[in-house]
Amino acid sequence: MWTWFHKLASPPHAYRILGNLAPWFGWASLALILVASWWGLVKAPADYQQGDGFRILYVHAPSAWMSMFAYVVMAVAAGVGLVWRIKLAHAAAAAVAPIGASFTFLALATGSIWGKPMWGTWWVWDARLTSELLLLFLYLGYMALRASFDDPQRADRASAVLALVGVINVPIIHYSVDWWTTLHQPASVTKLDKPSIQIAMLIPLFIMIAGFQLYFGWAVSRRLRGEILRRERNANWLKEAS
Amino acid sequence: MTAVRTPTLAAVKLVFKRDLTLAWRRWDEVTQPLIFYVVVTTMFPLATTPDLSALSKIGGGVVWVAALLASLLALEALFRADVEDGTTEQWVLSGQPLGYLLLAKVAAHWVLTGLPLVIMSPIVGTGLGLPTSAWGVLMLSLLLGTGTLSILGGIGAALTVGVRRGSVLLSLLVLPLAMPLLIFGARAVAMQMDGDSPAGPLQLLAAIFFLALSLGPLAMSAAIRISVEN
Repeated sequence: MWTWFHKLASPPHAYRILGNLAPWFGWASLALILVASWWGLVKAPADYQQGDGFRILYVHAPSAWMSMFAYVVMAVAAGVGLVWRIKLAHAAAAAVAPIGASFTFLALATGSIWGKPMWGTWWVWDARLTSELLLLFLYLGYMALRASFDDPQRADRASAVLALVGVINVPIIHYSVDWWTTLHQPASVTKLDKPSIQIAMLIPLFIMIAGFQLYFGWAVSRRLRGEILRRERNANWLKEAS
Repeated sequence: MTAVRTPTLAAVKLVFKRDLTLAWRRWDEVTQPLIFYVVVTTMFPLATTPDLSALSKIGGGVVWVAALLASLLALEALFRADVEDGTTEQWVLSGQPLGYLLLAKVAAHWVLTGLPLVIMSPIVGTGLGLPTSAWGVLMLSLLLGTGTLSILGGIGAALTVGVRRGSVLLSLLVLPLAMPLLIFGARAVAMQMDGDSPAGPLQLLAAIFFLALSLGPLAMSAAIRISVEN
């Protein structure tokens, strides 16, 4: 078990395995996203209140889910890297951060586009939008800290501590923002997209989330390979391989 | 062979006293954040309205934002001098639990910047139309909030100690983490002014403070080790 683990964590093996995995992730995610798009945009019934406007849900909800999922993946990778001093784990955390930040941005952008017809404004201080915004700040802080070190090892370990502090804080931020908006706003606004969603609308959403997960797998594999190349650029195995 | 080691508590007290003494001798560094605090709160009436009853609606929030910014300003240099002259390295090697020593340093820093902010807050708040009845809650919330912020900022300062131009980065790292403090603190003041009981947000602030107090030293010592080891 442990030898297998160490083998996996060695850059040449990881580089090769990721290279083999990436196309599977890529094609599977493309297929699922296409199916879910057709199902969600064409086949699913229009919402009785929001009409066709609700269909942005199929981008918005999966990206919001992925933004949090990516943060947890990043923090776990950072923790593994910090505890067992596995460089590959640090490289994975570095590879995940920009992807997570992009998903967060996508969730914010689609949320605000959705908000325009539904709420009448581009932005409301809704609980979920606000905590998503704070999550974006956390990602940006993490990437800023990583970028400010010249020595990659120090960058790895310092940003790993920040990721762990952040992951403890994420639930606190989430619940504090929740508490804050329930005191401020009538619940009717946020309830608009919450009334019990129909099964016919839900199935494509789940397919879309699965597609996004696979896309995440593809993007991480690609970025991690790039990260390994950058870090191991002077290593012998690369010269032999090329 | 038994190596004689200073008891941890004595070491912690020494660090605490040393930092206070150092601060007494460079008094202007302590007063600058306080002046900043007053200047920032002066800007809000100028930018919005001189009407006290209108100001009182945002007064609690303004005092809180100003206090967050002022204590962050002071945190930037918290560990810098000690890391540069090698003191921190000696602490790492001393065999003392590093987290407690750093916590003592943060505590001294809080006494010098956090506590004066708390004490000055009623005066600043009066200028923003906060009624006397809200003073107690304002001070209590700031007491808990600045304590937590000092620990969070200590983690941030430990992470950025080796970085060029770390002050902007420090704010970027710590401010998002401090948002819950702002929410609970400002709402506690607002609830007191609306006649509600502010016990809920105050208890949550206290809970966050104790969480930071228990986990903060771990994170700080990990961060300092990373900054010192290379």
